[in-house]
Amino acid sequence: MVELTLPKNSKIGKGKVWPKPEGATNLRAFKVYRYSPEAGGNPRWDTYWLDMDKCGPMVLDVLLYIKNKIDPTLAFRRSCREGICGSCAMNIGGNNTIACTKGWDEVAGNTISIAPLPHLPVVRDLIPDLTNFYAQHAYVQPYLKTDTPEPEKEWQQSPEDRDELDGMYECILCASCSTSCPSYWWNGDKYLGPAALLQAYRWLIDSRDEATGERLDDLEDPFKLYRCHTIMNCAQVCPKGLNPAKAIAKIKHMMVERVV
Amino acid sequence: MAGIDITDKRPLSPHLQNWRWHATMYGSIFHRVTGVGLYGGALLICAWLVALSSGPEAYAIIDLILASPFGQLVMLLWLAATLYHLANGVRHLIWDGPGIGFDPRTASLWSVCNFAFAVLGTAAIWFLS
Repeated sequence: MVELTLPKNSKIGKGKVWPKPEGATNLRAFKVYRYSPEAGGNPRWDTYWLDMDKCGPMVLDVLLYIKNKIDPTLAFRRSCREGICGSCAMNIGGNNTIACTKGWDEVAGNTISIAPLPHLPVVRDLIPDLTNFYAQHAYVQPYLKTDTPEPEKEWQQSPEDRDELDGMYECILCASCSTSCPSYWWNGDKYLGPAALLQAYRWLIDSRDEATGERLDDLEDPFKLYRCHTIMNCAQVCPKGLNPAKAIAKIKHMMVERVV
Repeated sequence: MAGIDITDKRPLSPHLQNWRWHATMYGSIFHRVTGVGLYGGALLICAWLVALSSGPEAYAIIDLILASPFGQLVMLLWLAATLYHLANGVRHLIWDGPGIGFDPRTASLWSVCNFAFAVLGTAAIWFLS
């Protein structure tokens, strides 16, 4: 359901402004979303001033600097720090991306905002609840489905057929795309969202998969697939440069092609 | 979804509140808005036709309304909405048909061009007519 404003308990108040470091010449401010379930109350924006000469190049370095040197209570997810695990996805400077591959010098503005992925329940600070997102990924059955008996060795695929999967298998499930999508914001309970649909398409066109018809049946629904209105936020924000909007358009094509 | 369940005590993370819009997002919402506006335009055409067929007195009234500053503003916005919806509608056909123009940069540029077409087209038609 379209609800343009935040619920009462989610409105963001002014938080603490931490002191500027002394003697720093290269200062930058970071406005970070804070919410603590123990403290309760509404979330708030805390402002941290950093001496950028002492901080690494990425936004993840900024967060680690804050956590290690300024405020150890800041909570966020991170793991690989090289853009392959998808843990540190968040909203940086107004767009979703992964903090570990986003340079803070790439973000415009004097104050850089850092918030959790949009329109999700917040567990704490920058950590959203992705339960629904993972359930949607499971719904598209992202694995090989076959009827023919298993071959003695592996399922074979020509290099050309394998090339079809380029631009899809690289998805790291960071949820940047799905949580950037206004359709997903308003109908996230019924619309599967760009990430799940990209994976749906990845298995629809896999030459080894034998459940194409069944997979399309599962998507034939006014909401699951067709809530995509080509707003394109998914492709705009994908930190891996993938294009879920295009994959969704191709699924829509497959839907038409099988009935005409 | 847990976040939009009113019994969920956890806050909902900000969405429109701190989102930085891309040209394609403006392009999409304006397609919706102009589409809704064109329904109003269709009603206006009906009113005009009804007035036309009802005789000179009725037509004089609607002509007066349309010639007023408010009427002219409505006409101007209607024209702009028509042109934008047309241009972006063609883009939707190309997206759905040949399936090209999905690259984010191309799509953004295309959105900007659609807006430019609507604005320049409106200006051209307005001043030439």
